Amino acid sequence: MRFIIEKRNEKSKKMQVLIPIYSLLISFVLGAIVLLLSNANPIQTYAAIFKGAFGSNTKIQYTLVKMIPLLMCGLAVGIAFRLRFWNIGAEGQYVMGVIGITWVMQFWTWLPNVLVLPIGLIMAIIFGGLWGGIPGALKAQWKVDETLTTLMMNYIAIGIAEYLYISAWKAPKNNMGTVKYPDFAWIQRFWGKVHYGIFIALILVVILYFVLYKTRWGFELNMIGKNSEAARCQGVSIKKNIILAMLLSGAIAGLAGGIDASAVTHSLTKGVNSGYGFTGIIVAWMSGLNPFVSIVIALFLAALETGSDALQITMHLPSAMGEVLQGLILIPLLAGSIFIDHRIKPARVKGDK
Amino acid sequence: MEKTLVVEMKNITKRFPGVVANEDVTLQLHKGEVLALLGENGAGKSTLMNMLVGLYRPDEGEIYVNGKHVIINSPQDSMALGIGMIHQEFMLVGNLTVAENIILGLKDLPTVPPISEINEKIIELSKKYDLKVDPTRLVETLTVGEQQRVEILKLLYRGADILILDEPTAVLTPKESQELNKILKKMLSEGKSAIFITHKMIEVLEFSETLMVLRKGKCVGIKPTASIKELSEIANLMVGRPVLFELEKGPFKPGKVRVELKNVSVNSKTHTRKTLDSISFTIRSGEILGIAGVAGNGQQPLSEVITGLMRVNSGSIIIDGEDYTNKTPLQIIKAGVSHIPADRGRMGIVGDMSVGENLSMKKYRTQELSNHHMINKSKVRQFASNLIQKFVIKTPTQFTSAKFLSGGNIQKTILAREINSCKGILIAVYPSRGLDVGAIESVRQNIIAQRDRGSAVLLVSEELDELRTVCDRIAVMFEGRIMDIMDAQDASTEKIGLLMAGVERSEECDS
Ligand SMILES: Nc1ncnc2c1ncn2[C@@H]1O[C@H](COP(=O)(O)OP(=O)(O)OP(=O)(O)O)[C@@H](O)[C@H]1O
Ligand SMILES: [Mg+2]
Repeated sequence: MRFIIEKRNEKSKKMQVLIPIYSLLISFVLGAIVLLLSNANPIQTYAAIFKGAFGSNTKIQYTLVKMIPLLMCGLAVGIAFRLRFWNIGAEGQYVMGVIGITWVMQFWTWLPNVLVLPIGLIMAIIFGGLWGGIPGALKAQWKVDETLTTLMMNYIAIGIAEYLYISAWKAPKNNMGTVKYPDFAWIQRFWGKVHYGIFIALILVVILYFVLYKTRWGFELNMIGKNSEAARCQGVSIKKNIILAMLLSGAIAGLAGGIDASAVTHSLTKGVNSGYGFTGIIVAWMSGLNPFVSIVIALFLAALETGSDALQITMHLPSAMGEVLQGLILIPLLAGSIFIDHRIKPARVKGDK
Repeated sequence: MEKTLVVEMKNITKRFPGVVANEDVTLQLHKGEVLALLGENGAGKSTLMNMLVGLYRPDEGEIYVNGKHVIINSPQDSMALGIGMIHQEFMLVGNLTVAENIILGLKDLPTVPPISEINEKIIELSKKYDLKVDPTRLVETLTVGEQQRVEILKLLYRGADILILDEPTAVLTPKESQELNKILKKMLSEGKSAIFITHKMIEVLEFSETLMVLRKGKCVGIKPTASIKELSEIANLMVGRPVLFELEKGPFKPGKVRVELKNVSVNSKTHTRKTLDSISFTIRSGEILGIAGVAGNGQQPLSEVITGLMRVNSGSIIIDGEDYTNKTPLQIIKAGVSHIPADRGRMGIVGDMSVGENLSMKKYRTQELSNHHMINKSKVRQFASNLIQKFVIKTPTQFTSAKFLSGGNIQKTILAREINSCKGILIAVYPSRGLDVGAIESVRQNIIAQRDRGSAVLLVSEELDELRTVCDRIAVMFEGRIMDIMDAQDASTEKIGLLMAGVERSEECDS
């Protein structure tokens, strides 16, 4: 018997809920098999992941701090995806944001103290926005494929960052990394490690929800994403909107970098390409581009990361096992999202001889 | 003569959320006959046929093919039973060649298909049935008429004995329809059978042996075509009451010039012949200018240069005295131009958005529906439900995705939006395509009402009757040029026919 995949006629609400749940179950079963093969008790391991993510105040705080850039990168990528612009360059835009804020922190010493953080964040927005705007403009003007340009620009951004923290902007005494930002320009924490950046991220969710679902511009983006030719016939400029959306997408990813740098790392250093930009793609995809749903997905992914980091210590599993488990959990979830739109069925012919 | 049943659909019921598309329908198709399936827009014709080719499954009822009970789960299943369908919206892939499209989706194909063999077989088939197409051409370079032929070849290649044609002539010229009729007749003489959906009554009489009428999903009549004496009989059956065709048209009182084209030319990317060649004309307020011509002679590019969707290489377009040459579509919309595009699926509608949203797509940026940059959803809802009522769009709710509407109701959605937002200039390209008789009359009436209110209208159509009854002046296009422009009452069928075929007017020198 052969199987074929066909598009569902109607998107079913029930499926939208059930499929992620089934996928998650499959994920856990897959993970359990791998764990059993490496002589670990799956139940204990899953419990350890959960405890590692939420087991104590400190752990919750770690998870929340990770969630902030993940959520923001997810929002950033989601805006571009609405237009079917496959921005896989949030990582680079994030890194450019960090470079932008570091430049202000390190060299704009003539600024009054109170202005350093705001101007720094604005610079992160500008740097990230430009880094997103360039592939947007290339696509709009010359139809250059965005998956290639955004991906390449990731590596350029990471290269520039390395050059800066290893040589040009390196702090005199360190092997690598810039000098710490002045402490008056740090984003403050209010609960353990959790900093005020979380509110910026949450406010952004609300703003984006309004922009995307309630405004004329959001309506236009929706039209372009769903039928760009019809949108053009209705007077919507495709070129202008691709550039605008990519400026915004890059700006949010850049801001994510700026916030994380000024609240957590306090410098531009190794590890700046943390993968938030890439994981953001998963957030956007799994949330169905809905900003509010993104919060839940970002929290889940952040928990998965902090939780599996803890495995090494609590379960004495090799550190790679954490990553293997993360992958095993994500793949069925991503694959499952296909079946919200499609269904699989046996290809058979009945009735004829 | 004993007739053998090839297809029997018994007591079929199909429900969609909010609608019963088919209710207890029984259909019989005999060998060697053409069954015409008729009904208003949204009556359930396409749905019924889609169940025969495995796109939908009936909720109730049974299907018999050649006397055997069958369950058809997919197009592959129906192909194996010898059933093939040409859909209302063509399902060809533009950037593949004709041959590639024909073999696409075929089972048991070797990994590397023997293209030359396939091409030969296609040429052989096209000779046999007199369907001229070059198998190596890209489908996107073909006219709709040619694409239609590819669809037919596709069925023949697959050896279909039972052909389903869903409004195949909606996009064809009368001459192409005649050719299609000939091909059909030839296929029938070989023992094939066909179900034919159309809104054109004349074709019912010419093509079919039996006719079956659906109304609101139910079968309301099956008759031998020969028993029909008056076209209005069929219309009565379809609508359930007598249909009166009386267009109210006020006297012709042209006002000032609204649209003027001066020597507009567009170069073609693929041909040496220009897509548009020195087009000049004016449309005045209170006037309908018709464009006649065989499809593919520049009508669509003409509509696209006026609406800013296509750039002109030389010449100028003047709207209300101002130069609008190569302005953006938005600037032209703001100048008051509405556009009913030729290709509704691609240009007219966003299938994945709701009917209500689609209706608001011209006006969402005005104060009527939004408040600065925020769209006022409750005003949109009110606006949409008004239009749905006024234009009799059949949809379960205004929140239904537009792609779930029947072909004719999608067209009505576009018409409603464009006619409602029309601010003085209307460019209508094949506006009555795919509409049922009642809807066609109301569209024509709406267009005339626009004119009587002082709008300038450009109406592109392939139907001379439509052009003659609706328009004030008629221009004939051939190979990107305007052959002649005349008053509608001077437009005899012969005169237009010659011009459409590219015969220059030489002797007569009236203007
Ligand atoms: N996939 C679907 N989901 C929901 N409703 C549908 C779907 N397909 C069709 N319908 C509904 O079923 C009804 C019948 O539609 P159908 O396309 O069969 O009409 P039709 O007779 O072919 O009309 P037309 O002449 O306009 O093509 C319509 O009300 C339509 O909205
Ligand atoms: Mg139909």
